[in-house]
Amino acid sequence: MLRFQRTRVLVIVLAASFLVQGAAAHAQIELRWGGDAEGGAPFVEADPRDPSRVVGFDVEVAELLARELGRVPRFVQVGFTSLDPSAARGDFDIGLSGIEDSPVRRARLAVTTPYYEFREILTVRQADRDRFRTLAELRGRRVATLGATLAYDLLVSAQAEHGLAVVTYEDDVHPYSDLALGRVDAVVLDYVLAERGVSRNAGLVNQDADLGVGYYVGVLAPGQTVLRDRIDDILRQAMRDGRLEAIFRRWDMWNEDQPRLYARVLAGESIEMVPAAAGTASPSTWEAVRRYLPALVRAAVITLILSCAAMALAVFIGVLIASGRVYGSRPLQAVLTGYVEVIRGTPLLLQLFVLYFGLASVVRLPAFVAALIGLGLNYAAYESEIYRSALQAVPQGQLDAARTLGFTDRQTLALVRGPQAFRLALAPMTNDFVALLKDSSLVSVITVVELTKQTSIFAANIGSWVVPGALCAALYLALSLPLARLARRIEKGWQPR
Amino acid sequence: MTTLEVCDVAIRRGVRAVVEGVSFSTAPGELLAIMGVSGSGKTTVLRVVAGLDPIAAGTIDVGGVRLAPGHTPRGHTRRDLHRSVGIVFQFHHLFSHMNALDNVSLAPIHVLRRPRAEAVRRARELLDLLGVGGRAEAMPHELSGGEAQRVAIARALAVDPPVLLMDEPTASLDRARRDDLARTLTQLAAQGRTVIVATHDVDFARACAHRVVMLDEGRVVDEGSPELVLASRAFMAREPDREGPPRIE
Repeated sequence: MLRFQRTRVLVIVLAASFLVQGAAAHAQIELRWGGDAEGGAPFVEADPRDPSRVVGFDVEVAELLARELGRVPRFVQVGFTSLDPSAARGDFDIGLSGIEDSPVRRARLAVTTPYYEFREILTVRQADRDRFRTLAELRGRRVATLGATLAYDLLVSAQAEHGLAVVTYEDDVHPYSDLALGRVDAVVLDYVLAERGVSRNAGLVNQDADLGVGYYVGVLAPGQTVLRDRIDDILRQAMRDGRLEAIFRRWDMWNEDQPRLYARVLAGESIEMVPAAAGTASPSTWEAVRRYLPALVRAAVITLILSCAAMALAVFIGVLIASGRVYGSRPLQAVLTGYVEVIRGTPLLLQLFVLYFGLASVVRLPAFVAALIGLGLNYAAYESEIYRSALQAVPQGQLDAARTLGFTDRQTLALVRGPQAFRLALAPMTNDFVALLKDSSLVSVITVVELTKQTSIFAANIGSWVVPGALCAALYLALSLPLARLARRIEKGWQPR
Repeated sequence: MTTLEVCDVAIRRGVRAVVEGVSFSTAPGELLAIMGVSGSGKTTVLRVVAGLDPIAAGTIDVGGVRLAPGHTPRGHTRRDLHRSVGIVFQFHHLFSHMNALDNVSLAPIHVLRRPRAEAVRRARELLDLLGVGGRAEAMPHELSGGEAQRVAIARALAVDPPVLLMDEPTASLDRARRDDLARTLTQLAAQGRTVIVATHDVDFARACAHRVVMLDEGRVVDEGSPELVLASRAFMAREPDREGPPRIE
């Protein structure tokens, strides 16, 4: 299951081919079903033999539903964390992508009957097998999971109870690779993912104890209860006649939990989550704000510290690069120009991935340090261009005057050219600082939970972006407005008096 | 005894010769005016003497330093040259990010390694001496042309160079200020300093220069006392329409 490792090209190819297929199948009624092909097997993934198709158990469930409804299935690619709002908007008829049942989903969307039961389990390194058997034994340790999942809610409760640190990932591959590398001490996710994590990373082991039980469901727009009821009938029929079992057996996911689940569903029992549901009864908006605001403020502080430190690094390295490009030898100038062009010509996101995951076998940087270095080195390239042009904008007459007074080149830079260039650079620097403050949201991909990431977790958990989005915007403004004001004051102080 | 010896100097811009075969020398306490119309090479000659541009041929000896063709002076040569030669630019080039006092005291502090208090005291003295003591705290953009020029003179004098170069010093001055400047430069020369002024202001040269070197198209065409050179047939031939003193405001 490779949410990010799998190339985005595949997704684009998929999207394009489905567009074409969609046009051809227009004459028939479609069942548009949403899923995330970046989620990978066994849920939904691009077929390795034919990337224009998707395969996975959710693909087969969708095909089953479409067949029974007399429709043609059409896949709609939607990012995993956007599936809920996308369903609510009506971007597709049903979302199927290993979507977990939760009270919040039930409150906001039309949710199908559960069609698969999974257990949340703990994965640790072999060496820690006897040391970390429960969450209570992980006090003060870093425990990884996927954001906006039952496992995440489970860990947030455990954070308060057992004092462990929750590390959230955007995907379910890197929690396990980072566990193997020693960046985290345990992973909590469902056993489908845990089995794969252990098989792909040597030296990991799954603990036996269940931390909670969850269910995969389909999600529909809140008004689609008629279609939802039709689908529930189809699912129940498929449970009875063994067609669902056949699908899960094909994907090697069938186990003794499923017949029990099907029996309860068919007997009309209501299915409750254990024990993750305990702490996640759908909260009121204000209750949600009260619960999440401290975490948002903490995340805002991380954003601020990260941005200030990264900017300081960017200024320092930017000054060195600019000086090298203005005063250095030709080979040095060529090397520095190359650095600036490479950094400016490639996405920051890619640089962060390379720094954190790509170099992990060579140097194992802590996430915050990798984020700091990644942002700092990236912005250093932009800063250096500002300083270089500012240095070159200082009039030649000023430099001639310094030279004829006997200043060395270094003194001229420090006493005359540098201070004058700084004054010219200050306005664009302020701009860059505010931009960096916002770009710092990208570091969430390497597990640093800063403001935007915390907001998206918040939004996923309450199923709405309105309040979290407004709070997040207010916090960003609260950070950037004083910065802009401070910069204006410094700028004013440096103007000729 | 000479303070400056310019010998058969050529200066090129690309392949074009802008100065060719120029020679002259100066003595301590002498006030020399390098004259000529615009484009005759006056400023170019000052810039090579100040070590800002390279010469293509010839030699320049000043303050024990010999400037050779090829490149501008570096390292020790450059440091020694700038101990001996100071320059006041036509547009002054005061450091725009600091006030007049800091402009004057900066080089003594950082180049001559004088204690800050002493450098500041000396800077105030120089500004007072040049009549701009009251403008010590003013930023360059707050100074009039005449004030800025006097601050620039103070800045050049603060490192006490035996040779002071001035490029078109009367360009931004009215008549009264021009007379003040002539007196100031005469006093500086009387103290034993060599003052070399590039100007096309005939009255100013008449008023204060001891000797005139006349340039035309990059060559020395006349040299001697102001009375002789400025009254010569060659000079009148170059400025046929001249009636009375020129006004360069």
